[in-house]
Amino acid sequence: MANDKNLMNSDRPLSIEEAYALRPRLWWVYTLIVLVIAALLGWSGSAINFKGFASKGIEIAKGIGNGLTHPDTKLLFNLTPEGVPYQLLQTVAIAVLGTLIGGVLAIPFSFLACDRIVPKWVAVIFRAVILGIRTIPSLVWALVWIRVTGPNAFCGVVTESVCSIGMICKMYINAIEDVDTKILESLDAAGCNGFQKIRYGILPQIIPNFISTVIYRFDINVKDATTLGIVGAGGIGAALIQCMNSSRWSMVGAYLFGLVALMIVIEIFSTKVRNRLARG
Amino acid sequence: MKKSKTEGAAVRPALFDRIFKPRTITLSNGHTVQQPVSRAPFIAALVIAVVLISARMTGFSFKILIERGNQLGYILGRIFHPNWSYFKGFWVEADRANTMKLMTALMDTIKMSIMGSFIGATLALPVAVLCSTNINKTRPVVWALRILLMIIRTLPTLIIAKFASLIFGLGTYAGTMAIIVFTFGIVAKMMYESIETIDMGAFEATESFGANKFQAFWSACMPQILPTYLSYCLYSLEMNIRAAAILGYVGAGGLGILINEVIGWRDYESLGAVLLALFVVVFIIENTSETLRKKLS
Repeated sequence: MANDKNLMNSDRPLSIEEAYALRPRLWWVYTLIVLVIAALLGWSGSAINFKGFASKGIEIAKGIGNGLTHPDTKLLFNLTPEGVPYQLLQTVAIAVLGTLIGGVLAIPFSFLACDRIVPKWVAVIFRAVILGIRTIPSLVWALVWIRVTGPNAFCGVVTESVCSIGMICKMYINAIEDVDTKILESLDAAGCNGFQKIRYGILPQIIPNFISTVIYRFDINVKDATTLGIVGAGGIGAALIQCMNSSRWSMVGAYLFGLVALMIVIEIFSTKVRNRLARG
Repeated sequence: MKKSKTEGAAVRPALFDRIFKPRTITLSNGHTVQQPVSRAPFIAALVIAVVLISARMTGFSFKILIERGNQLGYILGRIFHPNWSYFKGFWVEADRANTMKLMTALMDTIKMSIMGSFIGATLALPVAVLCSTNINKTRPVVWALRILLMIIRTLPTLIIAKFASLIFGLGTYAGTMAIIVFTFGIVAKMMYESIETIDMGAFEATESFGANKFQAFWSACMPQILPTYLSYCLYSLEMNIRAAAILGYVGAGGLGILINEVIGWRDYESLGAVLLALFVVVFIIENTSETLRKKLS
């Protein structure tokens, strides 16, 4: 050890062997990490006691495989409300409305939760409210809203709008905190009034961020909207889960094909738009 | 193509500007500038049309919201008065059954997400390496794997869990399987994106004095990607706790079963207790993992 210290303080350039001898030795950190992970895994290993397949498990797996390779093409291109295209469109409609309402509702929340604008204690209260909204899983929100709206697509819309608030607010707040206020002084110097200062000084800085956030959230909401159908909140999920429960695998295949195609299209679209927004 | 674009005097205007001719303004010194027609009205019209169509399709009505909105207040009010018997069981004998039920479900959720995150993230690393264009030069393999990952990522977790519970039977095993698939998709994608940005100099140098690809990757690239990889693992653990909490709804074990049960009984006070427990766990795990991730970067 003493030798190492001498080497480290010496002024002459070190030879390769000496530098190698001085390499950071973190073996005890690694051992600790490995031990912690091993302990956690040992503890959680009891979660996966494999009890063999379900009584019809292998049969079901075969059915799924069969359904995915032979989707019900009649259903896939059927334009009536039972068909895949209409269901997908409804899912997207739920996500669009939910995201837009959530995005609008999040604006006052995020301004009130930003301690640059309001007193600290107000910001803390609103942050707690947002955290509360975020903690309740979307499925639970849907089950609560169903008591208000009944089991239909409208329930999906209100659920999505409430659930979106949490994440959108978090990103809005970041955007607001990044605003460069020096520009306001220059606008002051140019003789702008308060409204003009907001229009030309603040809005151009935050609007691209806001739109980008909303589009990102739209991506997530479409995915969420498909699962909300499981509790009866409209969208493709309801039909999908019914088919799964009654083992109509070719219909499941058709719905899944539609779903995957839709998600890929939306992901590509949202990445493109957000890239354009980021580059200005 | 690119050259002519930069050298040519007039850049071909966008389609929109060719239909709606920009306004030309002559300045006092004789120069002219062109002000393109604003696109905002068109975008606004499009958005309004989409909103109207969506509202029609989903049956949106303010009337229902106003008439029955008090229902929500009533339910939320009950959720915020949690049933404390779920926590009192630690010291009150009579409430022991409830507390045991909650704690078992909670521990199942945590176990599922730890196990699922670990296995999923471990499987994701080799696939991520095979998916990165700077290490794997066989393009067809790269694209086939990337498309596979994309499809995995688009499947909603609950649907995967439903499949798993149909195949493996109800319980935590199915939930763990679902989390493995879900984690695998996400971590592999994030990893190949960051592997593609690493410095390949060390890799080439190691290869040049005779290491094979695996050795070169292990000694030159692993140290570069390890912190990112660990931080993605922690991040996915955070997400998985939230996801695992609802997987029980389709029979895949954990808190979801309990949530489903108490909502079925319309016992919103108990729902409040379950959500409170979930909130505490999520809060602790998120904060721990955030601290660890800050240390890693």
